[in-house]
Amino acid sequence: MSKPVLQVDGLSMDFGGIRAMCELDLEVQQGQIVALIGPNGAGKTTFFNCVTGIYNPTGGNVFLNPPDGSKPIRLNGLKPNQVTAKGMARTFQNIRLFQKMTVLENVMIGRHCRTSSYIFGAVFRTRSTRREEQETVQKSYRILQKVGLADAVNELAENLPYGAQRRLEIARALATEPFLLLLDEPAAGMNPQETQELDELIKQIRDEGHSILLIEHDMKLVMSLSDKIYVVDYGKKIAEGSPREVSSDPAVIKAYLGEDIDA
Amino acid sequence: MEYFIELFFSGLTRGSIYALIALGYTMVYGIIGLINFAHGEIYMIGAFTSFVIATVLSIYGFPLLSIVLIAGLAAAVWSASYGYTIEKIAYRPLRKAPRLSALISAIGMSIFLQNYVLLAQSSDFQPFPELIPDFDFMEPYAHVVGSSDMVILLTTALVMVGLTLLIKFSRIGKAMRATSQDRTMAMLVGIDVNRVISMTFIIGSALAAIGGMLVASHIGQINFFIGFIAGIKAFTAAVLGGIGSIPGAVLGGFVLGLTESFATGYVSSDYEDVFAFSLLVLILIFKPAGLLGREETQKV
Amino acid sequence: MFSIEQLKKSLLVSLWFAFLTFPLLVIKVDPIERTVQWRWENMALVAIGSFLVSLLVRVFYKHQERRRERKSALDAVEREPWMQVILKEPRYLYPLSGAVLLCSLIFPHLFSTYQTNIMITALMYVMLGLGLNIVVGLAGLLDLGYVAFYAVGAYSYALLNYHFDLGFWMALPIGALMAALFGVLLGFPVLRLRGDYLAIVTLGFGEIIRLILENWNDFSQGPSGISNIPRPGFFGIELSLEGAILYLYYIMIAMVIFTIFVVNRLQDSRIGRAWVALREDEIACQAMGIDKRKTKLTAFALGATWAGLVGVIFAAKTTFINPASFTFLESAIILCIVVLGGMGSIFGVIVGALVLILLPEYLRALSDYRMLAFGAVLVTMMIFRPQGVVANIRRSYQFKSKSEGESQ
Repeated sequence: MSKPVLQVDGLSMDFGGIRAMCELDLEVQQGQIVALIGPNGAGKTTFFNCVTGIYNPTGGNVFLNPPDGSKPIRLNGLKPNQVTAKGMARTFQNIRLFQKMTVLENVMIGRHCRTSSYIFGAVFRTRSTRREEQETVQKSYRILQKVGLADAVNELAENLPYGAQRRLEIARALATEPFLLLLDEPAAGMNPQETQELDELIKQIRDEGHSILLIEHDMKLVMSLSDKIYVVDYGKKIAEGSPREVSSDPAVIKAYLGEDIDA
Repeated sequence: MEYFIELFFSGLTRGSIYALIALGYTMVYGIIGLINFAHGEIYMIGAFTSFVIATVLSIYGFPLLSIVLIAGLAAAVWSASYGYTIEKIAYRPLRKAPRLSALISAIGMSIFLQNYVLLAQSSDFQPFPELIPDFDFMEPYAHVVGSSDMVILLTTALVMVGLTLLIKFSRIGKAMRATSQDRTMAMLVGIDVNRVISMTFIIGSALAAIGGMLVASHIGQINFFIGFIAGIKAFTAAVLGGIGSIPGAVLGGFVLGLTESFATGYVSSDYEDVFAFSLLVLILIFKPAGLLGREETQKV
Repeated sequence: MFSIEQLKKSLLVSLWFAFLTFPLLVIKVDPIERTVQWRWENMALVAIGSFLVSLLVRVFYKHQERRRERKSALDAVEREPWMQVILKEPRYLYPLSGAVLLCSLIFPHLFSTYQTNIMITALMYVMLGLGLNIVVGLAGLLDLGYVAFYAVGAYSYALLNYHFDLGFWMALPIGALMAALFGVLLGFPVLRLRGDYLAIVTLGFGEIIRLILENWNDFSQGPSGISNIPRPGFFGIELSLEGAILYLYYIMIAMVIFTIFVVNRLQDSRIGRAWVALREDEIACQAMGIDKRKTKLTAFALGATWAGLVGVIFAAKTTFINPASFTFLESAIILCIVVLGGMGSIFGVIVGALVLILLPEYLRALSDYRMLAFGAVLVTMMIFRPQGVVANIRRSYQFKSKSEGESQ
């Protein structure tokens, strides 16, 4: 069996005296869609931040195993841009688009770590730079077609409707050519129609060879998409398993709904 | 040894003035997260207002004590008014704007006020009347501590005590603390946040004005540019002590004042300003939370 | 036209300002002669002026509100402002630029040497503005110590000439390089700093450099400065004053064109996009694979380069430099140019520089109020039009059909 693309062992994160995450273990296999769920404040976004380099975990290890078989990479202490260059990209819970840039440019930014032209190329517009720019534009456009935003290429990101902004964030992350995509509440604020379209989009992304780890509150979406679910509460893992296993786990029910008085 | 004591008291005096001005910076930063670039100009306006009033009164033959009191009151009142007005015109419209917009606006205000005073009064240094006479009982100590120094130290001490009592025990003090911790919540519990913010500016400005008058009397001359350098130094003091912390501003003021005094006394006086700027740069780079401040972690 | 409510409020405002400005604007003392001057006319001016301004502002806000209501009611499509249209369409832009270039080339032959000299100064500030625009406008780093790089360029030429007889043309690239180096040096410590702290630290750096230049007499000759700096050589021929100024003017035109060319290319390049992303959201920018440290340092270095170039030219133009030319006020003026013109907009910065430098020259009567106006401009622009006079527009791309894509 091949190694999981993402392997997290005993991850802990302390903020001063607060232990936001306590020895969390998690795995994402190649081609899987894994969901991370839990009540609000459970530490899910903190987990994302630890794994993507925004926080440096105070304990544990995060390993990235590229599916092409190259050396495993330990992500602890790496900066966010290094993590992304290694092949793991993310979206944000509170949308963090580049508001005053166009839709196309937002996606083109994603191409930054896969391209290399610098000052000289930019000023003198060398052949390699021109080729790279052309390629960047093409690839970005194709990704936008995939998420359904091809008509809005020249719109400023801030002018897009909410659902479109979420899709743009996904497109931008895809542009970095990740093999693992981290989605932080991609369906938040979406209506049922949009959620359905998101479901199809995520499946399409998985079918194209990406692995996906997502944080989500929309249970219908989670059940529909996930191969495996991890449940966290108060920074600790309280359950893991297939969607069916997890939905009938009493610890999970207790965390979400509280204890039954009569039980 | 005597030289040391002299430098020590001179440092305390400097420190007091820095503390008085730094309080304004720290209070405003604590409550709206803005570096009030124009605060140094408020100090300068306080000095100028007291200069004008004091000179007029002395020309009309008022007794010294009443001049001091009236000029001091006038400086405080007018500086407070300027502080209030600046907040209303240049900062309040930008409360929801990105932080840098407010900072640029503050810079603009600072330049505007400097040149306003320059045009309204004069570009030359103006001689400031000596408002604090040499007290007889200070005579034996005159070579290390002047009467003027004593008055400044005493006033600062009184002001500190008064401010601490205000912040700790009064209603407005409580409202200020609440607003600086969580503005939205303060609004939701019924605090008139705009009034609290205005009050902060008013108090901070009045303190700076008093500092302005005291220092002007101590040094003997003023000009429209004193706000810039004093402002930077007081800001350094505020950051040194921990921006947002009132005791920090006082501590920072005294630390800066004493260090400056000893550095210029024992090392060199040419590089006095370089020293302050360098200290500011070093603190902001290496320990932006200062001595008494708390580290801010950003939520992602 | 005006409601009673508006008039009443404006009256209160004018009374407040009359009170506020009373001690400093009305009273003028002469401590030596022991006289007091009561300038009541100033109070009248302030009262009337503030009344009118207050009224105008209220009317403006009312107008804005009505426009906003109308727009949402009609769901109208936002018509593109005419300036952006001109700048985007090549068929407008090219002839316009050509006309401007032609005018600027024949300018010195139509106007006096004095006017040409003023125009040189304006062009210098255009370059400075475009340079600072990279740092502040594109990358969003509020550098208040930009004048330091200006000083580095000027003193590089002055000192290298003084000690090693280095000529102007040799000094240009060296000045640029030195400034870029300082840009990296000064940029390094501020990499981790947040917006307002970054601003203050850069201000500190600017002042430290000026103070060092002023006090380290052995190195920089202190406050008395360095004089007899030679003007740019014209194939070794000795030029008259008029000739030298004419020569310098054309050099400046060439430099400005060069600057516009380079900045334009940078703006729409990979690095330019990285700068804007950095400005918009530093955390998301990093998450998308951009090394923020490298990007920031590049912004500082490239921005500083232009200041260095202008510094060399400044030294050659005035033939004498001293630390007093490199105060924080200079940084503030250049910032004002960028803010007024439009952060990130090349055309805007050019307009801003020309307006802020030429207007005071032509309104000589009001030159005392120049700095006062600068301060007011900064405040007003931030409140009413923070995007600047000419807002920056991002590049549009055209795509032919569904399957193909092709950029403009």
